[in-house]
Amino acid sequence: MTKAEPTLGGGGVARRRDTGLGARLMRPRTGGLLVLAVVICLLPLFLQNNFQYDVAIKIGFNAIVVVGLNLLIGYAGQISLGHAGFLGLGAYFSAITVTKLGWPPVLSLVLAAAVVGLLAFVVARPVLRLKGHYLAMATLGLGIIISIVLNQEAQLTGGPDGMIVDPFSVFGFTFAKAWQWYWLVGGLLFVAVWLSLNIIDSPVGRALRAVHGSEVAAEVVGVDTTRYKVLVFVVSAVFASVVGSLEAHYIMFLSPNEASFFHSVELVIMVVLGGMASTFGAVVGAAILTALPQFLTFLEDYEHLIFGLILMLVMIFLPKGIVPSLAALLKRGGDR
Amino acid sequence: MSLLQVSKLSKDFGGVRAIDDLSFDIGPGVIHSIIGPNGAGKTTLFNLITGVYVPSWGEIRFDGKPVTGKKPFELARMGMSRTFQNLQICHNMTALENVMVGRHLHLDGRLLPSLFRLPRIGRADRAAEDQCRELMAFVGLEKYWDWDADAMPYGALKRLEIARALAAEPRLLLLDEPAAGLNDSESREIDEVIKKVAARGVTVVLVEHDMKMVMEISDHILVLDYGRKLTEGTPQEVRQNPDVIAAYLGHAA
Repeated sequence: MTKAEPTLGGGGVARRRDTGLGARLMRPRTGGLLVLAVVICLLPLFLQNNFQYDVAIKIGFNAIVVVGLNLLIGYAGQISLGHAGFLGLGAYFSAITVTKLGWPPVLSLVLAAAVVGLLAFVVARPVLRLKGHYLAMATLGLGIIISIVLNQEAQLTGGPDGMIVDPFSVFGFTFAKAWQWYWLVGGLLFVAVWLSLNIIDSPVGRALRAVHGSEVAAEVVGVDTTRYKVLVFVVSAVFASVVGSLEAHYIMFLSPNEASFFHSVELVIMVVLGGMASTFGAVVGAAILTALPQFLTFLEDYEHLIFGLILMLVMIFLPKGIVPSLAALLKRGGDR
Repeated sequence: MSLLQVSKLSKDFGGVRAIDDLSFDIGPGVIHSIIGPNGAGKTTLFNLITGVYVPSWGEIRFDGKPVTGKKPFELARMGMSRTFQNLQICHNMTALENVMVGRHLHLDGRLLPSLFRLPRIGRADRAAEDQCRELMAFVGLEKYWDWDADAMPYGALKRLEIARALAAEPRLLLLDEPAAGLNDSESREIDEVIKKVAARGVTVVLVEHDMKMVMEISDHILVLDYGRKLTEGTPQEVRQNPDVIAAYLGHAA
């Protein structure tokens, strides 16, 4: 088909591809990454104390998980209500091997990611055959099983009491200060967003989005939909595992709550709130949902009430999530 | 040698036999049509040939190789592509991206090169984009290339399906009612596209209700009724067959 005679090509084919600087900056992979880098670099100027650093670091951790989860939920259109399970497994793998066996933390982190990735690969095939509510139930069950195991294996995990975790050190350098963690997490978030944008703007990303748009249409043009669903499930699980490992070292304490069903739901809410199929939406969703409770603490007993109300209002008025809805508004405004 | 061989094919849905002991051959390089009254099993037959359904009995050979039970993406790799009667468009993508999904088999679909955005991924994508724009112009969609698919009119989506199927560079293209729901002039345009596709050496199999179109462009017609072969032959032969007239107009008392 590529060797078409010009007459069949319908004459002059429009070959407008904007290559100017302005157009380049408007593209997510250049402009968006630049904005993210600027925000990460400038934010410390506004962070006055360790508490604020702590919130920023937790936003970074959550954002990395949610960027990965968004590939699965937002782009490929598959749900997972068990991703905190992968996060918890990565966390406990690191915690146990570093604290009890004295392994180097980086090695543990990488091995944890490999083990969690392998587990995700094994469960993905049977689980991702399901669709909609059934997939939600299956992943929910998976998360709960992991949570129960972490609670029950008390001699390894400390059970519900949790366990103390050694700090994170690389070749003798120990991350101890808040600002050190900030730059580590900020750098990783940047890399995570870069990887996510790369995937989306590639044949793999188109295949994932086609799986969401129409599975059968993707299949008949040669997309092995099962393979891509498994692939993105594994990738998002690995993102979660890496964050789990780091978070355990950062907090230096780990409890099974990390792997709880509620944490899984929280991660999904971040994806939906920020905007499905928007990598920067994932970052925004994570930032808002992590920071908002901190700003609402002055409401005391009414905190959760107002928190829920804000979530409801956002979903009613920005149903596609914050970033895609605002982007659409801006675009419409620009067309006028 | 025939490109597609169907022998003794049957498909049951519960107690209903949608396709019943059907055998036919499709030779390369021509336009074949499959016609029949509503419920004759035309779309079911398409779904069986393209691997969307698994046959209850019988065998399908593509290019001489047995392909019964193969999945749609495996058949696509062998050179089979199709469109859908009830549109299967990815509404979360632009028109151009929809067509580019059709290039999937000709691009590197592995994770790691895409994850790290190796330069050749970008180069191949840009080349694919040019090819897909050319294809969109070929089916008359050049003005829609950057539209969101969910904003496009029905007739344009019909053609978008054809462009996507062509992007896979199939040897066998199955079109399921490409003119359904289109007005007369749109139908004639689809006509032209199909003829041009066939002229490029792609074998076209067509399910269509528009008899004018079928009689005009087909080299060979297969008539189905209740999942069975009523007759097959040239448009001339089929037109004069009393069984066909009876199936469409009801039996004479």
